[in-house]
Amino acid sequence: MNLIARLSERSWEPASDRLDLSHRPSAGAVGLAAYAAVMAVMFSLVMVAYVMRMGLHAAMGHADDWVAMPHPPLLWINSAVLVMSSVAWEVARRAAERGEASRAPLLGGALGLCFLGGQWLLWRHYQAAGYYLASNPANAFFYLLTALHGVHIAGGLVAAAWVLASRTLPHVRLCALYWHLLLLIWMAIAVLLLLT
Amino acid sequence: MATTLADDLRPLHHPHSWVTRYIWSQDHKVIAIQYSCTAIAIGLVALVLSALMRLQLGFPGAFPAITPDNYLQFVSMHGMIMVVYLLTALLLGGFGNYLIPLMIGARDMVFPFVNMLSYWFYLLSVIVLVAGFFVPGGPTGAGWTLYPPQAISEGTPGHQWGIVTMLVSLAIFVAAFTMGGLNYVTTVLQARTRGMTLMRMPLSVWGIFTASVMGLLAFPALFVAAIMMLFDHLAGTSFFMPTMQSAGAITSTQGGSPLLFQHLFWFFGHPEVYIVALPAFGIVSDLVSVHARRNIFGYRMMVWAIVIIGALSFLVWAHHMYVSGMNPYFGFFFATSTLIIAIPTAIKVYNWMLTLWRGNIHMRVPMLFAIAFIFTFIHGGLSGLFLGNVSVDVPLSDTFFVVAHFHMVMGVSPVLVIFGAIYHWYPKITGRMWNETLGKLHFWITFLGVYAIFLPMHYLGILGVPRRYYALGQADFIPPSVHLANQWISIAALAVFAAQSLFFFNMIWSLFRGPKADPNPWGAASLEWQTPQTPPAHGNWGPKLPIVYRWAYDYSVPGAERDFIPQTEPRA
Amino acid sequence: MPIAVAIAVLVFGSVAFHLLSPWWRTPIASNWGSIDSALDVTLWICAAAFVLLNLFLAWALVRYRHRPGHHAHYEPENSRLEKRLTFWTAIGIAGMLAPGLAAWGKFVSVPKDATIIEAVGQQWQWSFRYPGPDGVLGAAAVKYVTPDNVLGLDPLDPYGRDDLLIETGDLHLPLGKPVKILLRSKDVLHDFYVPEFRAKMDLVPGIVTYFWMTPTKTGTFDILCAELCGTGHHQMRGKVVVETPKAFAAWQAQQSSFGQILAEAPPAAMSILLIKANACTVPASWSIR
Repeated sequence: MNLIARLSERSWEPASDRLDLSHRPSAGAVGLAAYAAVMAVMFSLVMVAYVMRMGLHAAMGHADDWVAMPHPPLLWINSAVLVMSSVAWEVARRAAERGEASRAPLLGGALGLCFLGGQWLLWRHYQAAGYYLASNPANAFFYLLTALHGVHIAGGLVAAAWVLASRTLPHVRLCALYWHLLLLIWMAIAVLLLLT
Repeated sequence: MATTLADDLRPLHHPHSWVTRYIWSQDHKVIAIQYSCTAIAIGLVALVLSALMRLQLGFPGAFPAITPDNYLQFVSMHGMIMVVYLLTALLLGGFGNYLIPLMIGARDMVFPFVNMLSYWFYLLSVIVLVAGFFVPGGPTGAGWTLYPPQAISEGTPGHQWGIVTMLVSLAIFVAAFTMGGLNYVTTVLQARTRGMTLMRMPLSVWGIFTASVMGLLAFPALFVAAIMMLFDHLAGTSFFMPTMQSAGAITSTQGGSPLLFQHLFWFFGHPEVYIVALPAFGIVSDLVSVHARRNIFGYRMMVWAIVIIGALSFLVWAHHMYVSGMNPYFGFFFATSTLIIAIPTAIKVYNWMLTLWRGNIHMRVPMLFAIAFIFTFIHGGLSGLFLGNVSVDVPLSDTFFVVAHFHMVMGVSPVLVIFGAIYHWYPKITGRMWNETLGKLHFWITFLGVYAIFLPMHYLGILGVPRRYYALGQADFIPPSVHLANQWISIAALAVFAAQSLFFFNMIWSLFRGPKADPNPWGAASLEWQTPQTPPAHGNWGPKLPIVYRWAYDYSVPGAERDFIPQTEPRA
Repeated sequence: MPIAVAIAVLVFGSVAFHLLSPWWRTPIASNWGSIDSALDVTLWICAAAFVLLNLFLAWALVRYRHRPGHHAHYEPENSRLEKRLTFWTAIGIAGMLAPGLAAWGKFVSVPKDATIIEAVGQQWQWSFRYPGPDGVLGAAAVKYVTPDNVLGLDPLDPYGRDDLLIETGDLHLPLGKPVKILLRSKDVLHDFYVPEFRAKMDLVPGIVTYFWMTPTKTGTFDILCAELCGTGHHQMRGKVVVETPKAFAAWQAQQSSFGQILAEAPPAAMSILLIKANACTVPASWSIR
């Protein structure tokens, strides 16, 4: 029964009786989907603000003070690490679906940690090169976006630790899904940074 | 049909001691009460602030202790507390937590631990907020809208630390709300009992559910705006800060866009209005239906209207910014979208009235509040059309008309619903009944008093009296009668303020001395009145979850022996 | 019963209050009669809805009150009735939206012949600038502000030299001539608000905002700030004097230009002023024609 039909049923009539609950997704999956929407809104708002602050306001006479940041190789390396981490989680999920034990969750978690370390190095790198938080709005947005994303990765690492402790299929599934979502968000951020 | 749901077998987090039962509780009902009490407590602070503001406005100069800085701090804290920390927290954290599981037939929220965490984060946010009163410079006086640059610039009270506590508190609140909101949404989608289809849910649940979804999508805007402003303030970035003169010197910030903040703020701020309004819409639908002994009229239209209002409210935010200096051509779009939203809202009003029409109306205290809500909401909704209608907004914006409008539509109206709802569900929550006479007295003073406060304000606004003024001072267009009006408004406000003690006395006294309440004193059909115990025990439903066979509005069904049929009663 | 009576009394009381209260719009002094009539249309439609809906409510409360033997009528929905109500509501909404948008259409289209005048806000006072004989306002920005250059004009911009500066006096406007009022803030948000003109607009630091209008009545009116701007928000007042074009020209002839102010400035102040102008790394902003 599709959503439109469900939302237009005349529930006062006897025909509306449905007692079957078997098709329901798990609470975790619904919750994660809802949280994905929250993340999507939050990051897209920051990215829209980025674009507005960068250029749209020039037309209204705002001072044109935006100086783009360079793109060090570390940015690419970190992105690759995050991709690998996501791949490891996908491997872990498939193994778990087949009921096999696997070390992939450990690898996925470790790569996630590496990504965070890499991001830290990237910050240090920019700081050393004089790209301070307050010196330009481009820098400020960079630090803000990476910090928000990093906090979510850190949260994912806590979830990963939990998965490593319990190793149940639903948990591995959710963790892998969360990791893919974070990768998607990172890719959007990276594209924005590289294009501007 | 003897069925056992998997849910029944799930081990519940049974509380073992007083502490796990009432303090670190994971039971949605206890969390709801914790949320409600905290929200009402901080709401009382905001109420006191409003009384202080009215003293200053009604009798300027009579209270030298209230300085212009204090006045602006009262305005700002009053607004923010009432909108976010009272109304949002009480309607979603309080009523949402209490009603959702009981109304959809669940044992608890789906993530009880996260739910508990949500409350503790909320409490933390309230503590940080209150800390603002004690930091050097006092709380922020930038208005509840916190517009930069003034929020973090010289010349605004609380720009040193008050704004920091405010922004940090908001960020924590958003985290708390997100945890709660995920629970409400997931519980509604996932944990409805057997037979509880989406369209059999009471409208209270629909209102709270839609408001929760909206909150999840709108609060991130407030969150990022708060974080960015904290960066601007503490780290010297220029997200929102242009080159400007501050304390006689030119700032080092440059190029930031104050309008960017306004867009982010209102992208949150407008849906926020409906985050408060939709639960109230839902709850009032149920009150009207139960006490008029008649099914809610046009249930499907009511649900669709809630959903449509929720969706459209994300497309109207810039109607708060018609004279903000944004591109004026946006005005055409936002005026149109704003006035379109009036259509589903009007339908809701019609359907409440059509529910009363041909009903069998019992004038109990909750019903009185529901009817008063309909009246004030019509008034506030219609005055909103003035402000939404772009060019009409130009003379009225930032005058007392705006103050009158939003107090009527999202201050008074939801608060009347909250009172009605507390009177309505009090017997279920506490197992005792309140005093009818005190309840009626509280109602009459509150209802007539608030109208006496806010009706004249509309006219002051049309005259052009600006808002957020510590004192009106001398202006040729302001006749002396305006000062007289301000005095009378202040007196009415103080009377309403004092009348609230009747409510608190009634609630607290009845808690201990009230007569034992019937498990279903109003003869309501919805699920929360069908619990085996009153107040409902941990796990809500005893050994077996209820099964739902009908919608929540089978009142006065022809041929039935009683004038209501509980949702759990199988069809013949 | 009492609630029905109360609602009826409140409805009639509100109408009486509307008719009898001394507070209504100030007499209009600009061309924005279209805003007033849009407000009137909105008011009449809303008032009709207010009275009808609430009287229906009061009637229903009396007619269908609980009494022994009275039963409610079971009726889940009546889509014909709901559709009709939706349709008529939509008509009403369109009826008020149309004049509102029409007035806005005028509000956003500035006439070509409008003269330009600038109002500058700072905590907590108003200053004004006229373009002078060349009709062009010189470039200005907060970064140029010095004690001798309070409005922050670019000392190197020749268009600015003949600009007339009114740092503390009243704003004067010629009767019957459309003016485009440019708004610039030196610090925080403000809002240029003259109740009799109906139009108002925020001043946003970093950008120049504007609105236009034609004064239609001579006299002196209060300028207020309508956007919270800090402790002294309520004291941020100014005066606008609308006078005949002749009187306006006579008044204008007495005002001093930026060039004159520069000529009188001591050399030390002059060098500070020029240093400010050269020190800027950001390209100078605009000259507004």
